[in-house]
Amino acid sequence: MSVLDSTPPVRGLTPWIGVLVWILAILFVLMLAAGAPFGGALEGFLSGAFGGRRFAYLMTTLSRATLIVGMALAVMLSFRAGLFNIGGEGQLVLGGLVAALVGVYLPGPPLLVVAAGILAGMAAGAAWAVLAGVLQLYVGVPLLVGSLLLNYPARYLASYVVGHPLRDVASGLPQSHLVPVEAWLPFFPGTRLDIGILFVVAAAVFAIVYSHTTVHGYRARMTGHSAPFAEASGLPVRRLALQTLAMSGAIAGLVGAIAVFGIHHRYIDGMLVQPLYAWTGIVAVLLVKMIPWAVPLSGFFFAALQTGAAGMERAAGVPKELAITMQAVIILFVASRLTGLHFGGGAGEGGRPGEGGDGT
Amino acid sequence: MGLEALFDPAFAASLPRFITPILLAALGGALCERAGVFNIALEGFVLVGAFSAVLGAYFFGSAAMGALTAVFGGVLMGLIFAEFHLRRPGDPIVVSIALNLLAAGLTTYLLRAIFDVAGAFRDPAIVGFEPIHIPLVAAIPLVGPVLSGQSALFYVALGAAVFMHVFFARHRLGLRLRAAGENPAALVAGGVSPERVRLWALVLCGALCGLAGAQLSIANVNLFVENMSAGRGWIAVVAVLLTRGRPLPLLAIVCLFGFVDSLSFRVQGLGWPQQFTDMMPYVATLAVLVVLSWWRLRRSA
Repeated sequence: MSVLDSTPPVRGLTPWIGVLVWILAILFVLMLAAGAPFGGALEGFLSGAFGGRRFAYLMTTLSRATLIVGMALAVMLSFRAGLFNIGGEGQLVLGGLVAALVGVYLPGPPLLVVAAGILAGMAAGAAWAVLAGVLQLYVGVPLLVGSLLLNYPARYLASYVVGHPLRDVASGLPQSHLVPVEAWLPFFPGTRLDIGILFVVAAAVFAIVYSHTTVHGYRARMTGHSAPFAEASGLPVRRLALQTLAMSGAIAGLVGAIAVFGIHHRYIDGMLVQPLYAWTGIVAVLLVKMIPWAVPLSGFFFAALQTGAAGMERAAGVPKELAITMQAVIILFVASRLTGLHFGGGAGEGGRPGEGGDGT
Repeated sequence: MGLEALFDPAFAASLPRFITPILLAALGGALCERAGVFNIALEGFVLVGAFSAVLGAYFFGSAAMGALTAVFGGVLMGLIFAEFHLRRPGDPIVVSIALNLLAAGLTTYLLRAIFDVAGAFRDPAIVGFEPIHIPLVAAIPLVGPVLSGQSALFYVALGAAVFMHVFFARHRLGLRLRAAGENPAALVAGGVSPERVRLWALVLCGALCGLAGAQLSIANVNLFVENMSAGRGWIAVVAVLLTRGRPLPLLAIVCLFGFVDSLSFRVQGLGWPQQFTDMMPYVATLAVLVVLSWWRLRRSA
């Protein structure tokens, strides 16, 4: 009943060809519905995902992949500990908001401002995740709905803050003021890709080292495999859960901070919600069945799907929402083939109320 | 600002607008819950329902056809859920997340592909539900404006709640449905396939969620907006979890949610920023969830 408890049952490539045919057929029908010229659409897709002048679009894909992989990491840490935290969006938004506010309003040397902004963003994300954890462990609100419901207050709070009290009124849009130029994350030399990706790589290294070489990480994974066993072994299950959630939320907050300091240089209303980063991160993790080394690949794949779809919209007028739709189709077909992917109850209570238990 | 100002007939009349979609979706969720399907894709079901309702109301020019296409859209979602969760061994949470994404992506995609608009689609050709005025009931003070002058779907929702209560308690098929959730082995021993029962639960859930969407798009207003379900499906999920799918408590708790929802709509007149009134349904849902969970925890401890 745990997260990673069986070997993949699918052998050979034959079933996957069927999956591929289905996915392509659905794509075909959707494109037909939009009346798109196929050649132009394909060209637009490729240039949108990988092309552009001096590979500008490829850089966009990479920086989008950075955010998606970051969110995937955050989600993976908690999923592997059996904690179904789907409140990544709220943690991401608050992290981004707090980072932007620190960046705009904290005086001081730029390096310090960036460091403080990122740390504050991580703290905000962590706090939001821990809140959901506390609700589950001490109040009995299932993490699944608790963490999800917390997304909405975070979203509207951020929208209010940059829409009213701390709005850059002169810009005419609901957004915060710009972070001073000196505090922007620099580009890699000769490219238009900011160094935010390094932070995510660092977080990934941390997550893998933590998960596989520390006692703490081992215990967290053990709790994920079997909470009753961990509890019977005398592990502090609650504390482990809260610590794991704090780390997960901190990474989500970090992603928000990267988006602020590296990409948008301010908090714009909806900038972290509209592109569905958090949900794409979850999907990126599910696609590869939570195998850590494959997550960057699937994150890049979905990022390319999204920027490619944007390119297709520019070139052939196919609505870019095709990307989200295809993401869902892919995950339906692939995840339903990976039978090992099951979510059991997490630490404490509040697993799957629908399965088995007394229904009254 | 006294209470009277909040509880005037206009307020009472607005209650069902908030209650109906959540109640219909939650009843659908209750069917799944009782049949042992962990369906947290209600949000996506409702969104597809809202979109299909506008399709039907626009192309066939009648609210009834809108409701019918909404049911059709919802049932389609239920069948997709069944295909990937029942026929294939997909985890219900994964399938739900995928279906919620699918609904968000597909409705926006089709909105742009079919009507060539982004954001919102409004058109005089969308024929919505007319309020039904019940002569004698309308005259009752306080309750009158709640019970009279509502869309047909409100009465459908109330009827469905009562019907479902009787169905679960008394009817053979209702007992089978509960058995599929509580003791599938017994059902198998009785010669009934739990999978088949769950398939029907998903289909009916889709139909009810479709109607919930229709209430949103062609009864409350006459237009479709991207992501117009706006978390109501999740609130329905919370209601189902809190009541474990029992119809009458479900009705009560949804009324409570609807009350707070319409209250928040009301205080918009007090000059609060819109973000706070937008936030209120979720905060209220969370608050109810916290209080009830805490109370349950205390009682069981």
